[in-house]
Amino acid sequence: MKQYLILPAFILIFNFASAQNKLYSSSKSEISFFSKAPLEDIEAKNTRANSIINLSNRELVVRIPVAQFQFKNKLMQQHFNENYMESEKYPYATFKGKINEELDLSKTGIYSVSSSGVLNIHGVEQERKLSGKLTVGEKSLVLEAIFEVLLVDHKIEIPKLVFKKIAEKIEVSTTINYSPYVK
Amino acid sequence: MKLVSDSNEVFVKTATFKATRIINGHSVETVGKNNMDFIISHRFDRINRGFEEFFGLDAATNRLGLEYGLNDRLMIGLGRSSFQKTFDYFAKYKLLRQSSGSASIPLSVTLFGGYAIRTQKTTPQLSGSDRSSYTAQLLIARKFSEAFSLQLSPTLIHRNRADIFTDNKTVIATGIGGRMKLTKRTSLNGEYNYVLPNQIDDNYKNNLSFSFDLETGGHVFQLLFTNSFGMTERQFITETDGSWGSGDIHFGFNISRTFSFEKKSK
Repeated sequence: MKQYLILPAFILIFNFASAQNKLYSSSKSEISFFSKAPLEDIEAKNTRANSIINLSNRELVVRIPVAQFQFKNKLMQQHFNENYMESEKYPYATFKGKINEELDLSKTGIYSVSSSGVLNIHGVEQERKLSGKLTVGEKSLVLEAIFEVLLVDHKIEIPKLVFKKIAEKIEVSTTINYSPYVK
Repeated sequence: MKLVSDSNEVFVKTATFKATRIINGHSVETVGKNNMDFIISHRFDRINRGFEEFFGLDAATNRLGLEYGLNDRLMIGLGRSSFQKTFDYFAKYKLLRQSSGSASIPLSVTLFGGYAIRTQKTTPQLSGSDRSSYTAQLLIARKFSEAFSLQLSPTLIHRNRADIFTDNKTVIATGIGGRMKLTKRTSLNGEYNYVLPNQIDDNYKNNLSFSFDLETGGHVFQLLFTNSFGMTERQFITETDGSWGSGDIHFGFNISRTFSFEKKSK
């Protein structure tokens, strides 16, 4: 009986120990976007994104549930999901990339970083290089990045029949807090 | 990639219908928190009035309505119809929201309660209580696919005084309504309100309506054909006198415009 208990416990501890200093997962995140429009600015916030950074190979993955963007105007939110993002068909926006710079987490401070990878929005993949800054703290990381998304790049159609014009470029701001990954 | 998946994620189906009405009747939708919908509705006269009346377009009734979301589940609303100078007040509460993911709910269920009072002068003059009616509905809907949604609306209408004294004061009916999306921004809707037999006069017909919905930015336009002139539940469920077969069809529209009073997106 004992060995049945010891083995899983051992695996758990081993996993925990090895993962602890390599993997960082998001503990808090805020993704927002903004677009100036004549009648009413278009802005929304999403706090439900998840992300992992693997320090051993500097891989970065971010996954954003599209339907969780919260708008002030709920009809706008409905249009965003139904007409523009088709979020039932494409529920997630993702970024899979690699951080280009060497990371040294032994020194706390703020570093300029960039990541090259694939940005998938509305089911359409685009090779992107995104830059931002990484704040290294004691056992925590904060990744901040601001980048622009061109709607045409991701085949997001702007209807001809809309009363207010929608910008073709959307500015996306991301702030993700990481802590060591715990299984 | 597996690590970033969140097993507690719940996907609430949104936009089972585009607006808070299927056509005349309420849909399971409510307006969002601190959002206000202003709805302007018109019903023109019967198409079979012919060319001289320009197929009914020369005469019209209207209803002006305001609806407000107290939170994302509860909304209140009021309206004023020119037909019988009716004021109506209602509240709607989303009991269940169709969801998938960690919480799986197959249906959306919304409760509706409404009160309406006629204020048109009549001879003899009736008391306020005699001019009042109450409506309770259980709205049950399912979004079967991106394009197709269906709703059943068991309804109870109580009139303190029916216009025809042999009519039941309390009438049981059930509505069935659906929408079929044509494109991302347009849909065809149909709605039928069936009154269970032997409750109201045979001259009254069941309400049947079809509409074409068009949504543009902050507006939803519903262009519709219906056999009812009135737009409150008592009027279109229990007092419809037009018949589709004889061409007593009214052209009409609902236009809704949404305003947001939410200070910050959160």
